[in-house]
Amino acid sequence: MNILYDARLDGELPVNDKANVLADLEGAVPGLTLLHREEDLRPFECDGLSAYRVLPMLVALPESLDQVEALLKRCRALGVPVVTRGAGTGLSGGALPLEQGVLLVMSRFNRILEVDPDARIARVQPGVRNLAISEAAAPHGLYYAPDPSSQIACSIGGNVAENAGGVHCLKYGLTVHNVMRVEVMTIEGERMTLGSEALDAPGFDLLALFTGSEGMLGVVTEITVKLLPKPETAKVLMASFDDVEKAGRAVGEIIAAGIIPGGLEMMDKLAIQAAEDFVKAGYPVEAEAILLCELDGVEADVDDDCDTVRRVLEAAGATGIQQARDEAERAKFWAGRKNAFPAVGRMSPDYYCMDGTIPRRELPRVLKGIADLSEAYGLRVANVFHAGDGNMHPLILFDANHEGELDQAEELGGKILELCVEVGGTITGEHGVGREKINQMCAQFRPDEITTFHAVKAAFDPSGLLNPGKNIPTLARCAEFGAMHVHKGQLPHPDLPRF
Amino acid sequence: MTDTLPSHDATQELAERIRAADASGTPLRIVGGDTKARQGRRVAGEPLATGGHRGITYYDPVELIVSVRSGTPLADLEAVLAEQGQMLGCEPPHLGDDATVGGMVATGLSGPRRPWAGSVRDFVLGTRVINREGVEQRFGGQVMKNVAGYDLSRLMVGAQGTLGLLTEVTLKVLPLPGASRSLHLDMPLAEAMEKLAEWGRKPLPITAAAWLDGALHLRLEGGPSSVATCAERLGGDALDERFWTALREQRLAFFSEDDPRPLWRLSMPHHTPTLALPTTTDSELLYDWAGTQRWLRSLLPAETIREATARAGGHATCLGHPEGQGDVEPFAPLDPVVAKYHQNLKRELDPNGIFNPGRLYAEF
Repeated sequence: MNILYDARLDGELPVNDKANVLADLEGAVPGLTLLHREEDLRPFECDGLSAYRVLPMLVALPESLDQVEALLKRCRALGVPVVTRGAGTGLSGGALPLEQGVLLVMSRFNRILEVDPDARIARVQPGVRNLAISEAAAPHGLYYAPDPSSQIACSIGGNVAENAGGVHCLKYGLTVHNVMRVEVMTIEGERMTLGSEALDAPGFDLLALFTGSEGMLGVVTEITVKLLPKPETAKVLMASFDDVEKAGRAVGEIIAAGIIPGGLEMMDKLAIQAAEDFVKAGYPVEAEAILLCELDGVEADVDDDCDTVRRVLEAAGATGIQQARDEAERAKFWAGRKNAFPAVGRMSPDYYCMDGTIPRRELPRVLKGIADLSEAYGLRVANVFHAGDGNMHPLILFDANHEGELDQAEELGGKILELCVEVGGTITGEHGVGREKINQMCAQFRPDEITTFHAVKAAFDPSGLLNPGKNIPTLARCAEFGAMHVHKGQLPHPDLPRF
Repeated sequence: MTDTLPSHDATQELAERIRAADASGTPLRIVGGDTKARQGRRVAGEPLATGGHRGITYYDPVELIVSVRSGTPLADLEAVLAEQGQMLGCEPPHLGDDATVGGMVATGLSGPRRPWAGSVRDFVLGTRVINREGVEQRFGGQVMKNVAGYDLSRLMVGAQGTLGLLTEVTLKVLPLPGASRSLHLDMPLAEAMEKLAEWGRKPLPITAAAWLDGALHLRLEGGPSSVATCAERLGGDALDERFWTALREQRLAFFSEDDPRPLWRLSMPHHTPTLALPTTTDSELLYDWAGTQRWLRSLLPAETIREATARAGGHATCLGHPEGQGDVEPFAPLDPVVAKYHQNLKRELDPNGIFNPGRLYAEF
């Protein structure tokens, strides 16, 4: 299924002459770096969802807020759509350019403005890398908690736009829980401060509304994040299971025992084998599933919790339990998990990463459903799972060089997301809707709810120039997307059980 | 585990009332337990009572998630959670026996645990909201991580019912701490603030810190081992843990309703020094949330208080006193651009101004 911008379904975009826009912006925004030749635009044609590529009309690389302001004002006046991009690591096509749009790249705003260890905050520009914040805070014994797998490359501005997560969300929250204040610029070029260095701010919680809004409401120009003291100690247990369902149940039982692990991750057999081949993490390759359970905090508590978790895992039928003996082994255990995506990438020419979240109790049913779908489509699926918070990342293995296999993979992915919705879950836990899941939004929300989202958009960007076509589908698209299923009269694989 | 509390679904009646009000342009004053009327401006409108819409619709302790109708008494919900060894992490103030879950979310008020565990909004995972057309809409969900669509659930927290009628909320809950100890340490304010900054950089099991009457009041919670070790290290005297409830519920003498001086809530950044308020004998401060929530009793002019807090990066809310608060606005004024987008949002979601008009600011 082609998800590129489709004026018929996504709305007509204003058509502007590239030479005119370029000349206008060059005149109106002094000193702004503007790329316009095809070879210069090429590196910006996609983000982390690289199956889809579009050359933007222009790429703007501003270095000052005045330039951003002038650029937005001119784009607003000319009716030129603006797509904002950070490091371009997003996995849902949120920064996929538009042929008729300017790509506003914030990567030159890459300075850490302030680290205040007493107030435990860092004030940074949007192009600063996620990991760089923790590195800057480390001398004070502090760190920034959200840690998406791409943290060495992804930018904090993109993290805010996507409400990025990571492996420690159950205990430490998502981006929205760790950002205190943002400076934003509207499409009119107005500057606003949302949130505060205090723990709340008067008025509506527009900070929460902007977090995860995928560049649809404004452009984030500065971020103040909360820093946390580094836990005194962190210990990790690895448990192997001969049955995926048993591993799933063990997750619930750890939490039922009153323990909130810092990280609680699950991998299935295919993911274990891929990771072991790639990084030699010491994983038991014969296991059907492994759980990695990290406990962090004060030493004495962590030791008590380790004992409790060990007992729970034994009772849940773990076939083996290993505790990392030292920091090196702990790092090794995590290396396997953190490299699971590239590891799976070595097993297959291409893979497609999904991002559904489900209530944990539905895990056995969803894993069974994925296995059935995998068989029906003839495509392997490796499962990597933030088990603690129910966020699944099924990785669909395919070969784009085989005619139609990308389409098959996407269709299978779509089915997995619909299954997540059916069991009470969501189509995206942390990667965002972007362009990738625009159709699945129609399965997640009713037309009246989508209309409310459009109303929110209209409050901030009535001309619809910020990142058009992303995050929220038009009702026309949902009518078409729904009609496609009805039109066929039956699902592609009517023999599959529907949940 | 959803049948432990009285349950009644009043969605239809509420939706019909709202449809009719929208059609006739009749403002509605949303009332849950009517315990937090003082936490905002007075609303002139027909009362719309949510108390009949109550009950837990979903609770699975293993998932750490509870879904509850907005008219459910907060005390009932907390009792059900406590039976399963769980709690609301934001430790919400009730401010009266009849406090409801809807009121907690609408006002967004959090208790002493706030700086360490998070605020009401941090625990909201999903909401159901009746819009002006009388249609109940679902935002967020019953999962921990969800980034589909705009985050309207968290937008509802603290919006005081001005954007729609909350009918149900899904919350993340937390296990009760394994151990808890409260301490009373005599020390001057400046020393207490320095200590709190120093301890804040360390992973200590502090979950409440207030300074008043020449002493730092601390609560330590977590595993039995760490709490015992930390308590030993910090010293001081044992403090009755009921202190925290009295503080949260504003039942300490400081909050006495007989005090003629208006009550202010100052929300300040961590590690803010003592405010440069004019030295007067008629002002008194109580420091909660490790100094980030300061309660002020003062007859100083509102502008003086607001200016001093704003200069230090915070904001001041005037909670007045029962006799009415004169013409002092409760909430700090918004920046003009921010105010413009508040009004845009209100106009988009409630063009006829039926939901608690004027509750936050006169303009909307």
